[in-house]
Amino acid sequence: MKHFFLLAGFITLGGIPSAARTWVVAPGTALANISDALAKARPYDTVLVQAGTYRERSLTVDKPLTLRGEGWPVLDGETKYQPLSIRANFVSVSGFQVVRCGSASMEDIAGIKVYKGRFVYIFNNILEDNYFGIYLSGCKNCWVSGNRLQARGTVEQSSGNGIHAWKCDSISITDNRIAGHRDGIYFEFVTNSSILRNHSEGNIRYGLHFMFSHNDTYQYNTFRQNGAGVAVMYTRNVTMTQNTFAQNRGGASYGLLLKDIQGSHISDNLFSENTVAIYMEGCTRSHFEHNIFQQNGWALKVQASCDNNAFRYNNFFANTFDISTNSDLVLNVFEKNYWDKYEGYDLNRDGKGDVPYRPVSLFAMVSDQMPYAMMFWRSFTVFLLDRAEKVIPSLSPDNLRDLAPLMKPYVTRTATQ
Amino acid sequence: MKVATVFKLGQSATLRAETKRPPMPMLKVAKYAVYDILQNRFVLAYMLFLLVVSMSFFNLENDPVKGMMSLLNIILIVLPLVSIVFATIHLYNSYEFMELMLAQPLRRSDIFMGQYLGMAASLCIAFGVGVGVPVLIYDGSGSGAILVLCGLLLTLSFVSMAFLATVLSRDKARGIGIALLLWFFCTILYDGLVLMSMFAFSDYPLEKAVIGLAFLNPVDLARIAMLLQLDAAALMGYTGALFQHFFGSVTGGGISLLAMMAWIVLPLWWAARIFQKKDI
Repeated sequence: MKHFFLLAGFITLGGIPSAARTWVVAPGTALANISDALAKARPYDTVLVQAGTYRERSLTVDKPLTLRGEGWPVLDGETKYQPLSIRANFVSVSGFQVVRCGSASMEDIAGIKVYKGRFVYIFNNILEDNYFGIYLSGCKNCWVSGNRLQARGTVEQSSGNGIHAWKCDSISITDNRIAGHRDGIYFEFVTNSSILRNHSEGNIRYGLHFMFSHNDTYQYNTFRQNGAGVAVMYTRNVTMTQNTFAQNRGGASYGLLLKDIQGSHISDNLFSENTVAIYMEGCTRSHFEHNIFQQNGWALKVQASCDNNAFRYNNFFANTFDISTNSDLVLNVFEKNYWDKYEGYDLNRDGKGDVPYRPVSLFAMVSDQMPYAMMFWRSFTVFLLDRAEKVIPSLSPDNLRDLAPLMKPYVTRTATQ
Repeated sequence: MKVATVFKLGQSATLRAETKRPPMPMLKVAKYAVYDILQNRFVLAYMLFLLVVSMSFFNLENDPVKGMMSLLNIILIVLPLVSIVFATIHLYNSYEFMELMLAQPLRRSDIFMGQYLGMAASLCIAFGVGVGVPVLIYDGSGSGAILVLCGLLLTLSFVSMAFLATVLSRDKARGIGIALLLWFFCTILYDGLVLMSMFAFSDYPLEKAVIGLAFLNPVDLARIAMLLQLDAAALMGYTGALFQHFFGSVTGGGISLLAMMAWIVLPLWWAARIFQKKDI
């Protein structure tokens, strides 16, 4: 439905060409300032900006306009100003380089900031060294697509988020590349929205940070080498599919951190080489299916506060530990997963092992309590202890087990990278 | 060892000793030691065993990383055992040859080091072919190179220990007993003891102590070097990061390499000292 409205909006936007004019802004001509063009233009006109560097402090778009850059004109914020503010509906911005916006502790200054816009389309821009990159505040039906954002922040306190959305609805964030910001993409109180095919790498805190944002979808994104991975918190009905979470490593780093999540679907994702692939706390009624976990330190850390979650048809390859948990109480279902450490047999040849698999190893429990015991991992002594525990479980939760582990890896749709 | 060749070696050494010392008598002794070991065929069998095992590990697992994990167990358990027991037994068996050599005007240290070089070279070649070649074919990454390097260093240090076990006792059974005890201590007992003490002192900050304790066992050093390759993700978590920082850094890596060298040199040096003064 939202796409219909969006489409309707753009048809309307392009549907009144008779009255529309194009204002060409270029350095050294009569119309050398973008602000003049913005003042002269009537609603639904086009402002075409030619190559050059424009230092016009803070530009504000306050009527429906098409803003187009040709030859990558530069909007320079001189580390003091907010280069572009949009306070209107039906605005599109494309082909600009927005650089060096100011920074402040009381105010969130951004390269491009949209205030309560409807049908605002920000696409194919380059944003460099900005505090916040693209900021959507109270927007609806907006698209942010194909932008490249690069910042060079070093500490969390002095850098802002790449694409920041606050109190929005039905927005779509697609095909962007974000690096070096605090959070790559930040969603707070954003509903019915989608995040597709973005690449978020090397951000200081999270690749994606997601709070109180219900009914959202994120698909085909890649989150790589971010400070603490991806965090999804206090949210209902999130759909996360076909994403890649890779190389998020560190003492408090997660591929995916789920906190207070309800009724969500996490499927067909690839988790590779993270310290903890999924850390979940207070997560309920969610489904984890067809995911691949490979070479992670811990594939899953399931805290006792999680219940009614189901893990089915996931593949676990070469993880140091498959699962660790902090209690004997297990309220989640694990079944029909493939575990590369499974050593059981399948006499009736139905593809499922005849003896249950216990994914929590003794040493995973031990190293949770004494992290430095990690030093003895893969020692023969530890192997013997683990073996003894497998035969007679005493410390590891007895009922955390996969009753029908798959004998062969489940063939998923996710392409292994 | 053929008696004729020994005589030839001895005679030429005698003749030259009157004028000047023969060139590199140590290498010559090593050469004969290698011939002798090759006649035994055990080393050949060992090489084949390693070759078959590593090939099958890599073929069974699609992922070379998993193959390496399985191979690591062989390197940490079987390799030390074979190195130390075979070297000990062989050294006892070639005692008569050594006595004969001692009757010649050769320095004791040359004979001893020659034997060591011969033994170390044959076991290292067996390991290099048995494990090094499959790793190169199936994996070929940096972690594969480290696996092979760890295996070679472990072989050298356990041959050193075998020489120590041999000179400590004239009795073959006792010597093999000492060798087995050393192996058992390094591979199983030591980790168990440290784990136990870690449980006992878990209220104290033990991170640095644990790093120090790792240096007291060559098997642990090799294991940790591989851990950094295979379980890097897990080591980055919690206190694991401390180990990653230490062993993963150039300084830490250098220090662990030096410690590994010490585990080769020190037992050998001690054994050589005993051998030097020993009443044969």
